[in-house]
Amino acid sequence: MREKVVEATLRALQRAETSLPDWVLKRIEEAAARESHPLARHHLQFMLENVRIAGERGLPLCQDTGLLFFHVQLGRELILDFSLNEAIAEGVRIATKKIPLRPNAVHPQTRKNSGDNTGLCMPDIILDYVDGQDLLLTAFPKGAGSENMSVVGMLNPADDPFDFIVKSVGERAANACPPLFLGIGLGGSFDLAARLAKRALLNMPGASQEELQLLQRINSLGIGPMGLGGDTTALCIKIEKAFCHTASLPVAINFQCWAYRSATEVIQ
Amino acid sequence: MTEYHLRTPLSEADVDRLVAGDVVFLSGLLFTARDKAHALMRRAGSPISLEGAALYHCGPLILDDRVLSAGPTTSGRMARYTDEILRLGVRAIIGKGGLPGEPFRDKAVYLAYPGGCGAAAAQQLDVKGVHLPELGMAESIWEFEAKEFGPMIVAVDAHGKDLYQEVRRSAQQRELG
Repeated sequence: MREKVVEATLRALQRAETSLPDWVLKRIEEAAARESHPLARHHLQFMLENVRIAGERGLPLCQDTGLLFFHVQLGRELILDFSLNEAIAEGVRIATKKIPLRPNAVHPQTRKNSGDNTGLCMPDIILDYVDGQDLLLTAFPKGAGSENMSVVGMLNPADDPFDFIVKSVGERAANACPPLFLGIGLGGSFDLAARLAKRALLNMPGASQEELQLLQRINSLGIGPMGLGGDTTALCIKIEKAFCHTASLPVAINFQCWAYRSATEVIQ
Repeated sequence: MTEYHLRTPLSEADVDRLVAGDVVFLSGLLFTARDKAHALMRRAGSPISLEGAALYHCGPLILDDRVLSAGPTTSGRMARYTDEILRLGVRAIIGKGGLPGEPFRDKAVYLAYPGGCGAAAAQQLDVKGVHLPELGMAESIWEFEAKEFGPMIVAVDAHGKDLYQEVRRSAQQRELG
């Protein structure tokens, strides 16, 4: 079983780094067809061309192969007699050499690079228990450009969280490689809001009325692909919520660039 | 919007005729530099001549001197160094997300390469050499031979026009209106 997890980690990373999920490609294609600004349309088409080249040649589509996040959905009937974190870390070390990935993980103070994308608390693993005896492993490489623009706001309960989101996206989008996928964590606490925002990215796409209205409001800003103007600033928004203290209103926005990279392997 | 095919080193005249919104394809030598290389150049000076150079904010993915993926990184992190980098003679800074426009006036341009398009960019670049390899793959100064590197948008020109700022201002007005 341990060996299967190591291999699944490598396979999931290989696929995630060199291609995009079908639903993501479809969103970019639809946006390119709708986009009324010529420069923005060219950008979207160039992005699609880049994905095609990456797929044909087996190349990472972005040189920022990311900090590595994994979502593990573990069947309740499974008993693991090994360290899941260590098995995934081993898969990461092999993937770094084999795909290859750019070594991105450094110590926060010395800035010394481990050389293999692992280190203190890295890779970061989000674990859920599900029914059954399968293990689903989703690789989610996250580039720094969009992660750096992410923000947690501890708002006054009298504030409108959507005003905060629109304002923050307006100020930060250009650096985050738009068109964006926005994971929103609404409520909870300082840290729970941030984790909900990351989970929102993992649980995409969203399609509630509230999410679609926010998407429309953000696209009406006209920031466009790469922040150079256009109709397409965001491609998808997902909101995850939690109860919060009566005196609090935490809101977290986890920015994801247009290269929403994700791939899932199932171990039976 | 005009399309230009230019070759490095860039002259003052090359830069002067570019207007924000123009499209540029660049051939010749490019130098990458990001966080650590900038910090080191501030402390110890540049290990290479940057007269007329195009400096690319990029931390590439390289295997055995082959460029696998090499799109732009966020330029904003290097904003604190723009003045001194341009004083070294750099005529074009290439990146994504933009830089404050004032230091570019009468000197240089900022060119935006589409972010996240590392695989496409790699097809246009060959490794010629590497400086400061001790900084590691992402942070070294890579010397690339570019073949029609682009499309890049002139996002900040040498005449005070800044596309990012225009877009941000208009977004603010739309949200207030």
